Amino acid sequence: MGQMIKVGMADLKLCKAPDKITTLGLGSCVGIAIRDPQTKVGGLAHIMLPDSTQIASNSVKAKFADTGVKELVDIMVKNGAGRSRMVAKIAGGAKMFAFNSKNEMMSVGDRNVEAVKKALGALKIPILAQDTGDSYGRTVEFDPATGDFLIKAVGRGQKTI
Amino acid sequence: MAKIDLNNMDDSFFDVLKELGNIGAGNATTALSQMLSMRIDMKVPKAELLAFHEIGDAMGGEDQIMAGIDLLIEGDIEGSIMFLVELEAAKKLISIAMGGMPVEDKPEGEPPFNEMEQSVLMEFGNIIAGAYLNSLSTLTNLKIVPTPPALCVDMLNSIMSFPAIEFAELGDKMLLIDTKFSDDLDLNGYFILVPTLEAYEKILTSLGM
Repeated sequence: MGQMIKVGMADLKLCKAPDKITTLGLGSCVGIAIRDPQTKVGGLAHIMLPDSTQIASNSVKAKFADTGVKELVDIMVKNGAGRSRMVAKIAGGAKMFAFNSKNEMMSVGDRNVEAVKKALGALKIPILAQDTGDSYGRTVEFDPATGDFLIKAVGRGQKTI
Repeated sequence: MAKIDLNNMDDSFFDVLKELGNIGAGNATTALSQMLSMRIDMKVPKAELLAFHEIGDAMGGEDQIMAGIDLLIEGDIEGSIMFLVELEAAKKLISIAMGGMPVEDKPEGEPPFNEMEQSVLMEFGNIIAGAYLNSLSTLTNLKIVPTPPALCVDMLNSIMSFPAIEFAELGDKMLLIDTKFSDDLDLNGYFILVPTLEAYEKILTSLGM
């Protein structure tokens, strides 16, 4: 039996089969699960903001879509994953509070999802499935052996994408 | 003007925020005692800076279900303020405010609180956050205007992503203000005050720090 590896907010970790990897309660943040189906080397990042170049305090790479995706891919490559075989699944990017405000904070979930797609696109990593947006939190579990991405939400049961 | 680095914050700044919390708590108790018709004492035992991955453990579990009431702040400073309680504590509060009527469990797929229950919770958050902001405004002479509250009942980390992302734009840590209610009402809550970086500077400058 493998272990369940836990990833926190603004955090990313490597995960090799038979281990699985999880992050709890994605709100406006986005969880990015990547794996190489051949070597079964995978990983999960929990990013908070779209763009590291817009923020002065940007030393924590896992905090941002652009640097987080790149960092996770680099770590996976160092651990035997093949860049060209990598595939991704993403979840999160919800709008948790329904304020009637034009403040750009309100759309940070959508902007996070867009930035993650852009970062994966730049590395030519295809997105096989996504469960993003809406207004509820998501807990995710990723299995690098099968690529199954389990998504649980309060009062909504669970599904695998 | 004071220069703020949230990653290297001075102890005295915490003391100020904690003290503001205690003064605000004093203001809030009167209003809450009236709303709930009971004796309530409210204290702020500590204010702490946490790394984002520490939030879950500090507040009882990343996927624990909580109720968060958030108000945006406008005026001389901008940002937001949130008050959070555990689901069971939220039910208790609603029940007391509604004359002891228990909060019924809702069927799967429906929100845990109906409209009436939601507005009770929002009013509760409104009073507490308003009292905190009042004491902040009085001490700093800054005009602070909160918007009407919004409610979110979900996993802790999901709710916290909203203020945490605002903090993430400033640094790698988040400020958490613990709140302890006692006397007739026994429960714990949390405050998260998220001023923008300019707002932090304005607050400190106004306080002569």
